[in-house]
Amino acid sequence: MSYVGHLVKSFTLWEFVKAHALTLKYFFKPKATINYPFEKNPLSPRFRGEHALRRYPNGEERCIACKLCEAVCPAQAITIEAEPRDDGSRRTTRYDIDMTKCIYCGFCQEACPVDAIVEGPNFEFATETREELLYDKAKLLANGDKWERAIAANLAADAPYR
Amino acid sequence: MTETFISWGMDPNWAWGVATVAGILLIALPLMLAVAMIIYADRKIWAAIALRRGPNVVGPFGLLQSFADGLKVFLQETIIPSGANRGLFLIAPIITFTVALLAWAVIPFNSGAVLADINVGLLYILAISSLGVYGVILSGWASNSKYPFFSALRASAQMISYEVSIGFILIGVVLYADSFNLNEIIKAQQGHGLGIVNAFGFNLLMFPLAVMFLISALAETARAPFDLTEAESELVAGYQTEYSSMSFALFWLGEYANVLLMATLNAILFWGGWLPPIDWAPLYSVPGIVWLFAKILFFFFVFSWVKATVPRYRYDQLMRLGWKIFLPISLIWVFLISGWLMLTRYS
Repeated sequence: MSYVGHLVKSFTLWEFVKAHALTLKYFFKPKATINYPFEKNPLSPRFRGEHALRRYPNGEERCIACKLCEAVCPAQAITIEAEPRDDGSRRTTRYDIDMTKCIYCGFCQEACPVDAIVEGPNFEFATETREELLYDKAKLLANGDKWERAIAANLAADAPYR
Repeated sequence: MTETFISWGMDPNWAWGVATVAGILLIALPLMLAVAMIIYADRKIWAAIALRRGPNVVGPFGLLQSFADGLKVFLQETIIPSGANRGLFLIAPIITFTVALLAWAVIPFNSGAVLADINVGLLYILAISSLGVYGVILSGWASNSKYPFFSALRASAQMISYEVSIGFILIGVVLYADSFNLNEIIKAQQGHGLGIVNAFGFNLLMFPLAVMFLISALAETARAPFDLTEAESELVAGYQTEYSSMSFALFWLGEYANVLLMATLNAILFWGGWLPPIDWAPLYSVPGIVWLFAKILFFFFVFSWVKATVPRYRYDQLMRLGWKIFLPISLIWVFLISGWLMLTRYS
């Protein structure tokens, strides 16, 4: 009987018919794909994207050149040089991040005692050349100015869990 | 069309030539357009079944995607491998493309609307589709590279195996229609099913042949699940591996023109071609070409649907299906059909 059943099944292409009924059902289902440049997934406040150097509300940069981020960076992507400024405070003269080395682990952000270096919510910073990904201090500070509102909101949202 | 040109005051000798050229253009140009849209439709259908969106950026709903791809391909550099046989390497895609277009000469788009109304149209199509394999073999051999060569070997074995059973399936159709002319075959289907349905496929004796022809058509055009010739996981891109630019585009156009041809043959041979599906007078007020296109599109949808559903066959399974299942069944069916016709029609 099972032999006959198998024969009937294979000659009526039963498995094929069943499979095609299933795929036809999927054909009319709503699509699962996000229509990317026009639609985006929600991001967690902890999302680790492009780096930024933040400032205090009075415009003073937060970074005090403690070099903890440089020390903790597992990819050694951060290079810092520091000197006392004219008013005697310790500031960086150079703060470079090689974004091609960075692994976006977020250790720099964790190590920073003054919340100066952070990883913002921006992940769309593709460039046409490699050199454009070697960020310097000016670029990082500009990022901080550009994304400050989003970064501050994310930090505030994550603060209760820290 | 010749008469029209003569009535415009053209020399009868010239009129025939001009009418033929006009007819060729009237078929080939819309066909190219149709191929571009059908590639887009194929991607869209496949995407929809996989719960993806498919191309949707170039033009409204991504309708211009194929044209953008075509433009990109035409602007690329043609690379000829240094070890390749130059002449054959360049001729192969032209053969594939030309042969894919040639078969359309005998396809009737409406009652009597054929470029070449020859009385052995079906034989002509068989001959032309057999020639199609030369493009693949030559490209695989001329590339002088292992994967294209394997692909060419597979393609030739596959196409020859399935052409045998396609031949026997077509004998069944010819026996019923009593003609090799495609127009006559379509006319023979009028009211064939219970005097109402215009299709051979509704005949219980013919329906298995229709299904087998559909499956053989998939194998003949090397579509999934029989796309062993370009099995990307083992053969890179098969015989197209070494091709770029125009010659690559010609392979694509030829391939999809062949897919359209097979969908058309399915519609013509088993499902009534340009006849409306049901033999009911008001349906005949719709032009036959609309019915034909609707059927072609349906079969193309089936082709894409199958491609998105089933996994690829293994090579030995493919050969087993061709030689040990399709060939015996189609042979038995030729026997059954001729016996049935002997009893009913000719006794």
